[in-house]
Amino acid sequence: MRHVEHVMGTVFSFDLRPPFGDGRHAIAEAVAWLHQVDAVFSTYRADSPIRRLGAGEIGLDDCPPQVADVLELCASVVTASGGYFTTRPSGHLDPSGLVKGWAIEQASRILTRCGAVNHCLNGGGDLQCAGRPAPDRPWRIAVAHPLRPGAVATVIAGDDLAVATSGTAERGPHITNPHTGRPALDLASITLIGTGLTMVDSYATAAFAMGAAARVWIEGLPGVEAFAVTPTGATWHTSGFPDTAPPVVEEAEGGSPLPGGKALP
Amino acid sequence: MRRAIFAILVTAVGLVLLLSFKPHELTAVASPPSAVSQASPPSPGEPPSGRRQKDVDDEDSEDEDGTSIPRQDATVPQTGGTWTGPGVSSGAGSGDKVVTGDVATTRWGPVQIELVLAGGKMAGIRVLQAPDGNHRDIAINSRALPTLNDEALAAGSAQIDAVSGATYTSEGYVQSLQSALDRAGL
Repeated sequence: MRHVEHVMGTVFSFDLRPPFGDGRHAIAEAVAWLHQVDAVFSTYRADSPIRRLGAGEIGLDDCPPQVADVLELCASVVTASGGYFTTRPSGHLDPSGLVKGWAIEQASRILTRCGAVNHCLNGGGDLQCAGRPAPDRPWRIAVAHPLRPGAVATVIAGDDLAVATSGTAERGPHITNPHTGRPALDLASITLIGTGLTMVDSYATAAFAMGAAARVWIEGLPGVEAFAVTPTGATWHTSGFPDTAPPVVEEAEGGSPLPGGKALP
Repeated sequence: MRRAIFAILVTAVGLVLLLSFKPHELTAVASPPSAVSQASPPSPGEPPSGRRQKDVDDEDSEDEDGTSIPRQDATVPQTGGTWTGPGVSSGAGSGDKVVTGDVATTRWGPVQIELVLAGGKMAGIRVLQAPDGNHRDIAINSRALPTLNDEALAAGSAQIDAVSGATYTSEGYVQSLQSALDRAGL
């Protein structure tokens, strides 16, 4: 059972596998939740509580309770990431770096609660997968190669899996290092895996801003692993990945094959 | 639900997709899939479970989704546009079905694909629309879309369920392809 929904400025893809439970109801409830989150947290809507809060028009007590929840989660990520995650990426209040992953993780819980225990919810390339797609295999998630549009950098498989990728968009860098105010350029993309997308997605944003140092940071986080591609096409991964690293970018343009796996410090 | 099992499949898909399209190579696997077990990370407000489990993945054991790609002799009508897929060199067959995907609006313009099914399986993909508002778009898409086609087909054969990434055009492509797959009932 599948469903596609346009919300939060991107596309959400629902992929439910048997048993569906009350699948249609589950999807409807999850979709309503996503639209509700968008209405509260959209920084593109002048009348959204988050915009009005940021502008000082209303106080936190005037906002729906989810706003305080999200800002509290953001604060924990700011602390955990040494300030590489920020709720003010462009100067004004904007917790978008956490809201999408949080909304997806909550939507996944709605689906599970409605009996659709096996599902994969993909919000613009960030995923929360629950259960498994079939009794005899786990979910398999391809990671799009950041330098080779259409190519797959690696494939991740797992049950109850959250996957988030942060990277440079097609038109250049879009994540800024909050400590320097400059675009983050160390990495072409970094993919984090864990169980809950709230943390995995926001940590991925922080890790991209952090750059090369993210490797040590992620190593120190229990239950989270990372796979990164650098601008030259080299890759690295944290130790929770197998020693046999995915094949690297192969035949890089105008150069010799690049080292991969554990080549980087 | 709280436990996590991560297994990283080591595949040659990325390499294969960089080469010119050769259907028989799409299912190549560089080495046997490896697996790794992982302790659960703590969720906010919940203690880590600490359980460790093994999960070994068998690349060849499943076909339950019906999305795998026939490895040879799929038939695709040559009616214009750029087809990729195992059936690209074959003639049209009577059992083929064409399913048009939704127009996906991306930041850089519309993306739309068309899917050809042969024998109930995905046999080819054609890009009907892609962003072309300026030269940069063309440069992006002349490379991006054909390889995205390959990826979708390779994903079908490798039973990939979803794609994680951070680009707009690929998002639109996946969206249009997803809608076609939904219509096709695969």
